[in-house]
Amino acid sequence: MNRQSNTYTIIYSTVLVIVVGVVLSLVYQALRPQQLDNIANDTKRQILASARIVPQSGQTIADLYSSHIKDSYIVNSEGEKIDSDTDPFDVNVSLQIKKPADERLLPVFECDTDNGLKYIVPVYGAGLWGPIWGYLAFDSNGDTIYGAYFAHQGETPGLGAEIEKPAFSDQFEGKDIFSPSGEFMSVAVVKTGKEPAGQAWVHAVSGGTITSQGVQAMLYNSLEPYSAFFLKLKGDAKKDIADASDSKPNENAKATNEVELNEIEP
Amino acid sequence: MNVNKSLLPLVNPLSKDNPVIVQVLGICSALAVTAKLEPALVMTISVTAVLALANVIISLLRNTIPTSIRIIVQLVVVAALVVIVDQVLKAWNYEVSKALSVFIGLIITNCIIMGRLEAFAMSNRPWASFLDGIGNGLGYGIILVIVAFFRELLGSGTLFGCQVIPQWCYEHGYQNNGMMILPPMALITVACIIWVHRSRNKDLQE
Repeated sequence: MNRQSNTYTIIYSTVLVIVVGVVLSLVYQALRPQQLDNIANDTKRQILASARIVPQSGQTIADLYSSHIKDSYIVNSEGEKIDSDTDPFDVNVSLQIKKPADERLLPVFECDTDNGLKYIVPVYGAGLWGPIWGYLAFDSNGDTIYGAYFAHQGETPGLGAEIEKPAFSDQFEGKDIFSPSGEFMSVAVVKTGKEPAGQAWVHAVSGGTITSQGVQAMLYNSLEPYSAFFLKLKGDAKKDIADASDSKPNENAKATNEVELNEIEP
Repeated sequence: MNVNKSLLPLVNPLSKDNPVIVQVLGICSALAVTAKLEPALVMTISVTAVLALANVIISLLRNTIPTSIRIIVQLVVVAALVVIVDQVLKAWNYEVSKALSVFIGLIITNCIIMGRLEAFAMSNRPWASFLDGIGNGLGYGIILVIVAFFRELLGSGTLFGCQVIPQWCYEHGYQNNGMMILPPMALITVACIIWVHRSRNKDLQE
């Protein structure tokens, strides 16, 4: 057969494409369950990492996850739990972030750690080359960050990719996302010498300016819809302290307030 | 050098016919993945695997491929292999696959692969093509690893992520050279390698 003829060329390319297509779909089908397992496991590892729980040798992620994550639910931007068929674990944060704040499904994971109950929320945004995401664990006062985990798809190794290193994420520990007056401030990611007053900040990655700005924007955009939820936690925390100090019924309100403030200071 | 003639496709690309420093191909990825040693090493392995397999497949098909669409056929084969490598890594070695992320996809655009398919596999037998693929993959890898070694050592003070510059150096004012992490330094390092290589191989000088 003439190998230069149009018929041969068309038949050849058709057969080639079909063969390659079949091979690729077989490979995909065969490996899919394993890949989904890996992805779910990796998400669990990231959630736990934000609460500073790292598997020791012999521990599996799945066991650790089920023993530490006591509860998970979805809240709306009013901070109310909503009933949804979706498992909070399966909420696709990258899709939610595109919706207006009041329509988003906001997953919350309650994590039992050695240092008390922590609330873990996902964050998602854009770096220089692609998406960046992470998880933040909050103390039960709904304000102070207990731990952070960041990941990225393809930031430059040695530069933007440094956001996934503990050297960067450990800085977040102890930062408050609300101002003392209860206004949502998020956490700024800034250069040395540009530290803002009146807002919690961490130092940016040198050489990774765009990624660092991406982290700052990601934190603001992803955490802001949660502010009602966190304020409620904050309120509950205050109330608990108030209840505890309420043992003397005749004490005046001002004194109670002072106790509250003192106890809330970390 | 006295080398068995049938092994020439394997040995030549390591030095005299190196794809990076003599043919100046694959520079883009030499720049992208060499800030650290680990990605450079895994990239070497992946490129070598894809190149060797693609060379064999194209060599087997070489007498059936219509000339007018040969580049497309080569691309389809390379793209399919890269997707398979990516999927297999995702299933069996998720950590490595995450570390490499976009770089695996970028193997498709590596000029060395298309170059070897077109220049060698289209006109040679499968075994020779296989050796040529391995040789060129390793030739590419040697340069990648050398560049990554210097960039990670001088840029981050580490090798494979372990600190090798002792702490007292930092305490006495030594600083990592942040410029080594930036992409242009990969080109300058490659240029230095070419300089040394040419000065030792007079016949390559123009």
